[in-house]
Amino acid sequence: MINEGLKQLSAALAARRISSEELAREYLARIDQLNPQINAFITVNPDATMQEAKTADAMLAAGTAGPLTGIPLAHKDIFCMDGWRTTCASRMLENFVAPYDAHVVGLCRQAGMVCLGKTNMDEFAMGSSNETSWFGPVRNPWDMQAVPGGSSGGSAAAVAARLAPVATGTDTGGSIRQPAAMTGITGLKPTYGVVSRYGMIAFASSLDQAGPMARSAEDCAMLMNAMAGFDARDSTSLEREREDYTRDLGQPLAGLRIGLPKEFFAAGLSGDVARAVDEALAEYRRLGAVTVEVSLPSSALSIPVYYVLAPAEASANLSRFDGVRYGHRAAEYGDLTDMYQKTRAEGFGAEVKRRIMIGTYVLSHGYYDAYYIKAQKIRRLIAEDFAKAFAECDVIMGPTAPETAFDLGAKNSDPVAMYLSDIYTIAVNLAGLPGMSIPCGFDSRQRPVGLQLIGNYFGEARLLGIAHQYQLATDWHQRVPAAVA
Amino acid sequence: MQWEVVIGLEVHAQLATRSKIFSGASTAFGAEPNTQASAVDIALPGVLPVLNRAAVEHAIRFGLAVDAEINPKSVFARKNYFYPDLPKGYQISQMDEPVVKGGSLRLILPDGEKTIRLTRAHLEEDAGKSLHGDFHGMTGIDLNRAGTPLLEIVSEPDMRSAVEAVAYARTLHGLVTWLGICDGNMQEGSFRCDANVSVRPRGQAAFGTRCEIKNLNSFRFLERAIEFEVRRQIELIEDGGTVRQETRLYDADRDETRTMRTKEDAFDYRYFPDPDLLPLVIGQQWIEEVRASMPELPSAMHNRLVAQYGLPAYDASILTASRGMADYFEQAVAASGGAAKQCANWIMGDLSAALNRHGIDIGASPVTAAQLGQLVARVQDGTLSGKLGKTVFEALWQGEGEVDVIIDNRGLRQVSDTGAIAAIVDGVLQAHPAQVAEFRAGKEKMLGFLIGQAMKASKGKANPQQLNEMMLARLRAD
Repeated sequence: MINEGLKQLSAALAARRISSEELAREYLARIDQLNPQINAFITVNPDATMQEAKTADAMLAAGTAGPLTGIPLAHKDIFCMDGWRTTCASRMLENFVAPYDAHVVGLCRQAGMVCLGKTNMDEFAMGSSNETSWFGPVRNPWDMQAVPGGSSGGSAAAVAARLAPVATGTDTGGSIRQPAAMTGITGLKPTYGVVSRYGMIAFASSLDQAGPMARSAEDCAMLMNAMAGFDARDSTSLEREREDYTRDLGQPLAGLRIGLPKEFFAAGLSGDVARAVDEALAEYRRLGAVTVEVSLPSSALSIPVYYVLAPAEASANLSRFDGVRYGHRAAEYGDLTDMYQKTRAEGFGAEVKRRIMIGTYVLSHGYYDAYYIKAQKIRRLIAEDFAKAFAECDVIMGPTAPETAFDLGAKNSDPVAMYLSDIYTIAVNLAGLPGMSIPCGFDSRQRPVGLQLIGNYFGEARLLGIAHQYQLATDWHQRVPAAVA
Repeated sequence: MQWEVVIGLEVHAQLATRSKIFSGASTAFGAEPNTQASAVDIALPGVLPVLNRAAVEHAIRFGLAVDAEINPKSVFARKNYFYPDLPKGYQISQMDEPVVKGGSLRLILPDGEKTIRLTRAHLEEDAGKSLHGDFHGMTGIDLNRAGTPLLEIVSEPDMRSAVEAVAYARTLHGLVTWLGICDGNMQEGSFRCDANVSVRPRGQAAFGTRCEIKNLNSFRFLERAIEFEVRRQIELIEDGGTVRQETRLYDADRDETRTMRTKEDAFDYRYFPDPDLLPLVIGQQWIEEVRASMPELPSAMHNRLVAQYGLPAYDASILTASRGMADYFEQAVAASGGAAKQCANWIMGDLSAALNRHGIDIGASPVTAAQLGQLVARVQDGTLSGKLGKTVFEALWQGEGEVDVIIDNRGLRQVSDTGAIAAIVDGVLQAHPAQVAEFRAGKEKMLGFLIGQAMKASKGKANPQQLNEMMLARLRAD
């Protein structure tokens, strides 16, 4: 069953060909076997998982099941979950257990989904390689020497290695799409405000957005049906009619206008990635789409803008981790200031500290206007670029990341090189638009390449349809890493 | 040299909402520590603030009452600093775009009126409390107060004396309690003042360097702290020193202010817009809804009491010092049949004295407005003498029942029957022939003695006017 999509699993569960307990047991066995090598999970809790599976089976038996009842999933360890440890991959929260569910977690529970575990990630979602985790790096199932990308590297690796059929992720600057690209899976970052942030540990509040990670667009659409929806506890949650994200899956692509931003095909793009993306675009043309060149001139400033705004917000968001009420506290300290300093010095890793320092600096008196205010102005220009581009096209496409998965440790000493890994994804977060990554080939070392699809606001269903049509015509998303086959 | 004092006040008024400004936890005072702190108040990971609509309405209500601009789009910002009773490591406040801009407050001073301009009023959350001393070598944290809504009301530096500053604070206190947006309880910290104080040579246009005195939680402390600080600054300058800009604390036990922190070690709060909260947009319709629900304001009521009841302005300003007193007055007048001045006299006199003596708020007065009005009516219609009115008031205070019941039970009804009064007068005249003779011989002050004897004989119940007339008639008749 491990290579089946959600639709098939759902049908098998509904027909009682398999029980939720059997499904959960099979995945837990795979996690047992493969996780020591891949390190995709920080926490598994087989007793709790089997209890949830039992509940799901009871719903299936009672006829109260929905399409996702009994389907196992993994949650990124950034989502608080009642009764489960939630670490955000930080020493700071190594033993933290939230007394509540994140909204997303609660919705998945209500749908009858069964949690297999909490997945590894970059510490507080700060990173592009999953190497900043306090719980150690995650390995890419396609090549154990390679990173899986980040920050949702654990969720991506778990899905790619068939340790979970689907997983939740979060994306602040590319943290769903970039690891999806590097592990050959499909991931969706929805329009900002479509999925509630309640209970999701904040990195950069104005950019953070949760979304589904799965092997196919269809599976993403089905999980999205559970995850999305208004939540009064999140003031930035948008009050909209519930929608069915599978509704456009069958829509043909004839006449679809694909915008290709010239800035996304310039210097810095690896040859293997460019080739795979070009082939994917050729496939889209065969399916009836037309390509037009568009321009996103301000997108060149995405990375500097992002590395002002995201750390600024993070520097305040992470202030609550002070050792006073919960989380790590230094064992020995003198006065209050010493307690704060030792606690935070011990509890946070280097990348988190770097971003807190950057954020504190750009918000400081005398620098605020030059950095924060200026960055906000450019952020608006970036959004305006997209608005102009969408006057000429229905969807924007390009590479998800400039290169395929790199080797563990390759960029650890050069943070700016690491930051450049998100050069094509960050602008989407700054504009609040929906974006996807779908697998579209491999490089010469058999590491996956991702194609990025960017839609207009609330264009998730259409994006998923555009991705699904491609996946009907190709089989990149069905390839299985040899090491876990 | 002649010095001029310049004072501006920042007042934190705790808004009387049932729940906190960004969470659903209760705001009630006095609960066991940390029993009224939700996940949001404790700042657990992943929780988010949701703005309390009632807090915004209270702010609008205040803005309308002081004739200010209600900002159509205000912004919540994070004010960053670390302290154990600040769970998020930042306070959600408003910086560049406050909810209320401008406005003014009219003070009635002993020597006339003065208008104080307001700079702004903004919404923010309160912090928790650090409990020092209860724990061996440690500090306890109570987060019940964390997230309680505050309206910070900032005045322009328009006050020129401690007396004016206190008048401003009292008027503002009267207004926010009148509006029902703050319970005004200063002991519980519902209304806290910070005073910015500076001095300058009289006639100089530029302000002197100011000091901010924090957390003055009574009008008396406010007055004394300002007076101390003014003396300190003048002495410092006259001795050749200069005032440093700093934050000072008032020590009530020593009656002095002392340095808390100087400008050099002032925090950099790194304000920036809170990305968890959308800008607060207040449309005209919302403002009009709040306006429609506004009570009559004290200044308008003051003018009405003068015009409608012919009260002196002084009486009107005292009666409109609190909503409770104003309501009490109007109810009493209605029950008295319109005897406004008499009701005002009773309220400002005997009633206020008794309430003060017992430390009771007028809202909890044992003598109800209806009872006081009834009492005034009985004095007006001659049933009671003014003197016995006080007896009835005491009885009402003691809870002896309604006015007419007390009059009957105690036999206090005024005697207005001509025959009865005549009998008393005749008795007195017969009993004191010497004094009668003296009066008739021209010693007119004997009248007072004879009236006194007659009143005594009637046990104080004789209608004084009738008694007077009758006595004079008899004395002059023979």
